[in-house]
Amino acid sequence: MALEFKHVTKQFQSNSGEMLTAVKDVDFRVEKGEFVSVVGPSGCGKSTILSMTAGLYQPSIGEVSVSGERVDGPNPHVGFMLQKDLLLPWRDIISNVEFGLESRGLNRAARRAKAMEVLNACHLGGFEQHYPYQLSGGMRQRAALARTLAIDPEIILLDEPFSALDAQTKLLLQNSFSKVIAEQQKTTLLITHDLAEAVLMSDRILVLSERPGTVIAEIKVDLPHRDEPLKRRNLPEVSEYAAQLFSYLKLEEKAF
Amino acid sequence: MTVAASTSESKPKPVKAVKVKGESKHLYVSFGLLVVVLVMWEVLPGMLDVPRYIIPTLSDCLAELKNMYAFDKLLSHTASTAIFTILGFVIGSALGAAIGYLLGMSPFWEKVVSPYILALQIAPKVAFAPLFIMWFGYNSMPKLLVTVLIVFFPVLVNVLQAMRTVDRDLVNLARAYSLTRWQIFVKIEMPSTLPNLMAGLRIASTLAVIGVTVGELVGGNVGLGYLISYGGGQANAAMVFNAIGILTVIGCVLYMVLERIEARALHYLPKDSH
Ligand SMILES: Nc1ncnc2c1ncn2[C@@H]1O[C@H](COP(=O)(O)OP(=O)(O)O)[C@@H](O)[C@H]1O
Ligand SMILES: [Mg+2]
Repeated sequence: MALEFKHVTKQFQSNSGEMLTAVKDVDFRVEKGEFVSVVGPSGCGKSTILSMTAGLYQPSIGEVSVSGERVDGPNPHVGFMLQKDLLLPWRDIISNVEFGLESRGLNRAARRAKAMEVLNACHLGGFEQHYPYQLSGGMRQRAALARTLAIDPEIILLDEPFSALDAQTKLLLQNSFSKVIAEQQKTTLLITHDLAEAVLMSDRILVLSERPGTVIAEIKVDLPHRDEPLKRRNLPEVSEYAAQLFSYLKLEEKAF
Repeated sequence: MTVAASTSESKPKPVKAVKVKGESKHLYVSFGLLVVVLVMWEVLPGMLDVPRYIIPTLSDCLAELKNMYAFDKLLSHTASTAIFTILGFVIGSALGAAIGYLLGMSPFWEKVVSPYILALQIAPKVAFAPLFIMWFGYNSMPKLLVTVLIVFFPVLVNVLQAMRTVDRDLVNLARAYSLTRWQIFVKIEMPSTLPNLMAGLRIASTLAVIGVTVGELVGGNVGLGYLISYGGGQANAAMVFNAIGILTVIGCVLYMVLERIEARALHYLPKDSH
């Protein structure tokens, strides 16, 4: 088992002093090599789930464990990336990819070699000397994925990584991410509010309720081509899955 | 010469050349403006019968410059002012940056001292000069202190402001990669705040000249500020003009050096954003 949430509740002290429950009794498992998406309305605690997995803060109640180990702080088993690429603008791409390796006691040459390897895997060979501002949004996100993969995490967390991209770039990037993740056999937790994206990329989808977020449905996506969303996209079942998600999120009721 | 210029103007070719160099057109106009002002400076006071102890002409000033060089140790005054400008700038901005970063790392102490920083920032720093003279005497200490004080605040405030706005997500990323507090400072916070630090230094460089000048005006017998008060006492307006001119040059050189350093240090920013 790669990731486990055991009855996790997280409360925050809001600015006005009262307690705000972001997620409530969240309980799920992700198996090794699995690709799981979490969908839910905005503000329902998706990013909170990610932050607790990364060890940036602890659950108020319950326990999060990665590879059987309780998460009690930042740890080397987890890599995450956000909608923002978080590339350091003052570093060239290869140094950005090395960033996560710098606290790992590797020497410079070993870091370079590892960074080069993942850059090539992410099809960014030849761009290692470029600075972030010289790359397109899609390439920057690929560089961010390379940085995430460089530390060889057991699980990677993606928090809406495609939501700032235009529709075409998004499709291409979903495809390239899926390929790389499948090749490297990484366990992945994708947070998204794009229902089609969840269907195209995942083995399984967790649906969260409105805040306080809790898992209200779990959908197994029984479709081929998990490593190639562009192919999966052409399957007729995709829209059925999306419609199912749509109804779980009670979106009809909210439409006007 | 004039004939050649007017004939070439009537041909279409030079017009094309101007178009090609369109980007530097403003440079020609700037230079032209300078020439116009200098010429007016030279001829207008005579035409309007303004006496030279009120407004000396350009040639008066140049003649006086020669005198100052020969009889008033102009070079050593200039060197003294330049050295103390740089010294005060370096010490003041190093202190400002250091304290800015320290406070930036400690939100508690930042809250404790920020009202006082605001008050001191508003207080007219140059007004401390007479006090410093009372405390330290007629030597270079007062002017150095005034300069340090005046340089200190813009650097401090800029660094502090930048430390508050460092991207939390970047810091979290670094934390997730198990970087230590010190590593986060060196690898994230320092470089993130560099553009603001450089902006603070640029402001500080212009203030440094003011600090030194006031220090020299108020006390002592060295430096261009001293020459200003000496020239003023002798109704030698040309000497005052010259000293002001050289002070401006010192300030400009410092500013330009900083701009160069900034362009180098911030090379990773896209060209149109700064
Ligand atoms: N550090 C925090 N302090 C206080 N409240 C927070 C904090 N992080 C998140 N929240 C609150 O928790 C709720 C869930 O936030 P988040 O996990 O970012 O939602 P999502 O990613 O699903 O849009 C929001 O109401 C947000 O305001
Ligand atoms: Mg979020």
